[in-house]
Amino acid sequence: MVENTPENPNYNMAIVKAFAICSVIYLVVGALVGDLIAWQLSFPALNVNEYLSFGRLRPLHTNAVIFAFGGCTLMATAFYVVQRTCAVALWSNKLAWFTFWGWNLIIVAAVISFPMGWTQGKEYAELEWPIDIAIAIVWLSYMFNFIMTIANRRVSHIYVANWFFLGMMIMITYLHVVNSLVVPVTLTHSYSIYSGVHDAMIQWWWGHNAVGFFLTAGFLGIMYYFIPKQADLPIYSYRLSVLHFWALMFGYVWLGAHHLQYTALPDWAGSLGAAVSIAMIIPSWGGAINGLMTLSGAWNKLRDDYVLRFLVVSLAFYAMSTFEGPVMSLKTVNALSHYTDWTIGHVHSGALGWVAMVSIGAIYHLVPRLWKTDIYSVSLVNNHFWIHTIGTVIYICAMWVSGIMQGLMWRATDDYGNLSYTFAESVVAMHPYYVLRSVGGLLVLLGAIVMLYNIVMTIRNSSSQPSTTAAQGV
Amino acid sequence: MSFQEKLEKNIWGLIVMVAIVVSIGGIVEIVPLYYLDNTIETLTEEEDSIRPYTALEQEGRDVYVREGCYLCHSQMIRPFRDEKERYGHYSLAAESKYDHPFQWGSKRTGPDLARVGGKYSNAWQRQHLRAPRSLVPESVMPNYAFFEDHIIDDSLTERKLRALAMVGVPYTDADFAGAADAVRGKTEMDAIIAYLQVLGTMVNFEKGKDYRE
Repeated sequence: MVENTPENPNYNMAIVKAFAICSVIYLVVGALVGDLIAWQLSFPALNVNEYLSFGRLRPLHTNAVIFAFGGCTLMATAFYVVQRTCAVALWSNKLAWFTFWGWNLIIVAAVISFPMGWTQGKEYAELEWPIDIAIAIVWLSYMFNFIMTIANRRVSHIYVANWFFLGMMIMITYLHVVNSLVVPVTLTHSYSIYSGVHDAMIQWWWGHNAVGFFLTAGFLGIMYYFIPKQADLPIYSYRLSVLHFWALMFGYVWLGAHHLQYTALPDWAGSLGAAVSIAMIIPSWGGAINGLMTLSGAWNKLRDDYVLRFLVVSLAFYAMSTFEGPVMSLKTVNALSHYTDWTIGHVHSGALGWVAMVSIGAIYHLVPRLWKTDIYSVSLVNNHFWIHTIGTVIYICAMWVSGIMQGLMWRATDDYGNLSYTFAESVVAMHPYYVLRSVGGLLVLLGAIVMLYNIVMTIRNSSSQPSTTAAQGV
Repeated sequence: MSFQEKLEKNIWGLIVMVAIVVSIGGIVEIVPLYYLDNTIETLTEEEDSIRPYTALEQEGRDVYVREGCYLCHSQMIRPFRDEKERYGHYSLAAESKYDHPFQWGSKRTGPDLARVGGKYSNAWQRQHLRAPRSLVPESVMPNYAFFEDHIIDDSLTERKLRALAMVGVPYTDADFAGAADAVRGKTEMDAIIAYLQVLGTMVNFEKGKDYRE
């Protein structure tokens, strides 16, 4: 890896700063909406009106955390990493700012459309077609700038983190375009061109790869740069990263079908999805081990490096979720877990444990370097770590219990073969766990607010000192 | 120099290889669904009364999608004994062949709705949508009383049916011509109840027959 200092006037660090700030703000917003809808499930009176009902806010939550928080994090880190590892400035600053403003306008459009009920009705692809077209254009601008920067690089090899970012960008382009094809009726209404079983397969091909590529491959790019950087050690194994990369690129794509076990999707497709899901434990754990073993012989760093703690614990969650996922794709387990809160718990162990923690670690790593100052409060970083971790663990455990309990209550029968419980009884049984989940979510939100405060104060402190960032190109 | 090393030094080669590798899984799993005859079950004439939604039902379905009902209610019954007891015969692919988008769902915070049609009276559905807890005290569903205040915009109905026809739903000229009249003056409440009451009622299942191979 070529080391360069941010003082190099060619680097566009302003764009990285802008995306990093947005990412923290959207983390707060996404967690706020998420926790609100968690409380709505605990106390339905909180569905105050048609615009703020669970069914309309849930897509706002998922899109805010995935595309606003996750997206801005990916854009901040990819633009940072590609410049640093290619030893060259961004190919086009104008295009980068187009990406920035375009992406944020899309987020504003989403914040308006979901409460209005403008939706395509497919999970994580709810935004209506005019916004989908904007997403495709802005996304391509991001990818094109990234690729051209690599093409201009001043080092011979393309660093591994960039492979992952690139894989994510290519696959998300495919997925988004194919899954979002609709016939428009009005600007705010359209119908998917696919129907029934075909629509289901295409949706979950998208749905699982929003997880597999957007939330995994992209964030592995972050892992492969920021863990070695923060630990100041080289990545454990180059060979393992090659295996990790290609196996992930090839394998993840197949997994969507495991969301449709026992449904009207033909059995061969679901079984194929499950088989590849099991195989995916190997590259996933290979990657997790690669990251964790980077600290081999230097574990003592974890004692006082709070940023490294976020990054390392994120990998522990990554390993856990990528084990849990394949287990849940097994037909016998899926028969119980599907349709229950277990799925929600699994998603959040990935989202809060892996994606959020690796992002938070990367941003804490970036902010002092970008603004050339010390972090405002190291102890607040440490507090954030514990608040976030405890909140995440509460959330996941609550959903494990409620999910498995739901699954068991639904299938329970008495000696005569009659169902033991009505559906309503299972809803009542969930209440304590829904409250507990809301408390876990509240902790995560609190942690995000602490982070925002810490970062705002860091930036304010830096601006009271003589600025050295003015020389950087915009 | 190994192939991997070449790719690491050539961004265009890397892009092409990645683009190929990530395409395979999707092609293998999606494309055959369009060519294999058994993807959608073949039903006998007595069994098959699957038809496109009426104008009012389709308007109701649009309300269902708009409110994100699919986020808490599935429309896909799996072939398990408990699901048969609770919801009825397992769902067939044929039953959602006119569903753009599909609404199978992924979560049951509330019960499955694939065969809710005819299970409750219109009056029950109306009261339940208005204030779910007045009928089911344990429910965590939001109140949808505002459906009664929203009149369907009949100027869009024909365009909606024509859009659906473009992607293969067999609507006829008579359907288009009658679309606006069919929904004129109706509320969103009328529409969504019409939709709910038809769910899962279009196949006459033959007892004991295995519909999945």
